[in-house]
Amino acid sequence: MPLAPDRKRQLTTAALVAPAGLWLFVFLVLPFMAMVVFAFGERAPEGGYQAAFTFAQFANLPSRAAAFWNTLMIAPIGAFLCLIVAYPVAYYLAIKSNPKYRLVLVSLVVVPFWTSLLVRTYAWMYILGSRGIPNLLGMIGIEDVRLLNTPGAVLLGIVYGYLPLMIMPIYVSLEKLDRRLLEASADLGAKPVSTFFGVTLPLSLPGVMTGVALVTILLLGEYLIPQLLGGGKVFFIGNALVDLFLQSRNWPFGSAIAVTLVVVVVIVLSVAMRIAWKVSGSRQVDLV
Amino acid sequence: MTKWYRENAPITAENLTDEWMRLKRGSVTRRHFLGVTGLGLATAVLARQPGLFNSAAYAQDLGTTMSLATWPNYHDPATFEAFTAATGVAVEVNVFGSNEEMLAKLQAGGTGWDLFVPTNYTISTYVKLGLIDPLDMSKLPAFSQASQSARFTSEGAIDAKTYALPKNWGTTGMAVNTSKIKTKITSWKDFFEVAMTEADGRAMVHDYQLTTIGSALVSLGYSFNSIKPEELAKAEELLIKVKPHLYGINSDYQPGMRATDAWMTMCWTNDGAQLNRDMPEIAYILGTDGGEIWTDFYAIPKSAANKPAGYALLDYLMTPANAVKEHIANGAPTTDSRVLALLPADVTSNKIVYPDEASLTKLEFGAAVTLTDPARAELMARFKSA
Repeated sequence: MPLAPDRKRQLTTAALVAPAGLWLFVFLVLPFMAMVVFAFGERAPEGGYQAAFTFAQFANLPSRAAAFWNTLMIAPIGAFLCLIVAYPVAYYLAIKSNPKYRLVLVSLVVVPFWTSLLVRTYAWMYILGSRGIPNLLGMIGIEDVRLLNTPGAVLLGIVYGYLPLMIMPIYVSLEKLDRRLLEASADLGAKPVSTFFGVTLPLSLPGVMTGVALVTILLLGEYLIPQLLGGGKVFFIGNALVDLFLQSRNWPFGSAIAVTLVVVVVIVLSVAMRIAWKVSGSRQVDLV
Repeated sequence: MTKWYRENAPITAENLTDEWMRLKRGSVTRRHFLGVTGLGLATAVLARQPGLFNSAAYAQDLGTTMSLATWPNYHDPATFEAFTAATGVAVEVNVFGSNEEMLAKLQAGGTGWDLFVPTNYTISTYVKLGLIDPLDMSKLPAFSQASQSARFTSEGAIDAKTYALPKNWGTTGMAVNTSKIKTKITSWKDFFEVAMTEADGRAMVHDYQLTTIGSALVSLGYSFNSIKPEELAKAEELLIKVKPHLYGINSDYQPGMRATDAWMTMCWTNDGAQLNRDMPEIAYILGTDGGEIWTDFYAIPKSAANKPAGYALLDYLMTPANAVKEHIANGAPTTDSRVLALLPADVTSNKIVYPDEASLTKLEFGAAVTLTDPARAELMARFKSA
């Protein structure tokens, strides 16, 4: 007996979703469950994990308040700076650039991803270090400028590293923009500036929200850039996690912080998505 | 079937090069390479010659790769190339910034290390946790206990069983760029004072609880190894006061010092010798108020995947003729009098590497308890996140 069409469609869906679902279960859900179990355990005397049931790890969270605070401050600031730099680039790519070269130009945005972020961040260490920009400034009489290992260097590294992730969603939403709306706005007597704020910007907001959410979420887990460009003095929650697992070997406390971080990310994400829905007036917000 | 006329002739130079490149690219196995080039046969014949490659360590199949976990700027790369040439085993080198990190990796499992370089005070913990086994000394004929200095090597043995062999000893002092800093620095007390004044924004401390907390304790007149809460609280107060003035918290301080981004840092002997060799204005200073003296050891993890190669490399490194090259490149002092006798006079007379006995009397070896003490770990975390 042939299957009913509904049943057949369900099976197809299941077959298509199964590989990704299995992947997520084994590599996301199971590890997360292990982490939750660890978070209620105790640190063994020589480090690691020993079974227990205690809320001590969560009670100890305030000891990393500074790291949480730094992260929750710098992540949105970094995302906002990214946005300011990314929007004009995306606007140029989508609206102003010659369509003939557009594909090449868009590809150029992605090219930096061909090199590891680690290598590119090391390059910044040399550009910002004494032999780089401070050396050039010294030649014109501005002596002893220190750029490396400052919060400014960390912000610069963040904007540099995450810029493509902000440009792409904004570019996509601007590219979908119906040009006839711009013409209509001009025909009705609007100056370019009011057309931009009245038509272009509101219609690109879903892309903006996606970019901001994407960059903010990734920044909440960032540890490499503060470590390398902040000289270990700018301490994110990611750095606290690395130290807890690799230095003090306090797996339960590290797990408790990681679980808390996941909860924070989920909250940030849902708030951001809610705002995005409200602003765009639709429930269609793509993540990419 | 007729034979090609060169079938049994020795390989030509051109073909040998080709085969060598294929081996290096990984297109062919070592077995294939040794077969087609005739080198395998040659080695087999030579191996029967007494005095050639007849050490017990090389007798078994060593595989083609092994993995070593060690410290930054700590070996002469030529040593590993020579070992690979002699045994066919390529050495993969992993670099770490603290003993805690090495321990964390071994505790988590699956490191694949066949040899690693723990510091004296950690060995008892590795033994207690069952992460290392006693060494089979019959596989290490190049090592000579008689020529070792017991002061530096005693922590390698526990309950009369040898778990680790010494690599070199050293000290934790201060590297100071004297063309930038005019104040004369002689103690850890001076170090922290100058870090907040003349060297504001230019001083570095290690990203390592043992030396950073230990040196702060010493500057306050306490023991390098203290775990007394009231003394640790004083050290924390000092570190948090100094932090806004620091250039960085990083155990890899050579790049910063060489670029003169940093003018002053906590520094290990070997880095001090390397920095001073290339930039004579960088002085290496031991604290008159104390500090750390240490020995780094070689040990083989219980979980090693290729123990025969681990033993082979260890025996190779214990051979004085090989060790002497390592010591010249790395700049840390040897514990082995056979190696000392082979070192050139300009190395043995270098006061950074071989300081006067009087300057060592106040230094302390790290204590095992500091490695696992949660209070010191948390203090370090509070210092870094402050």
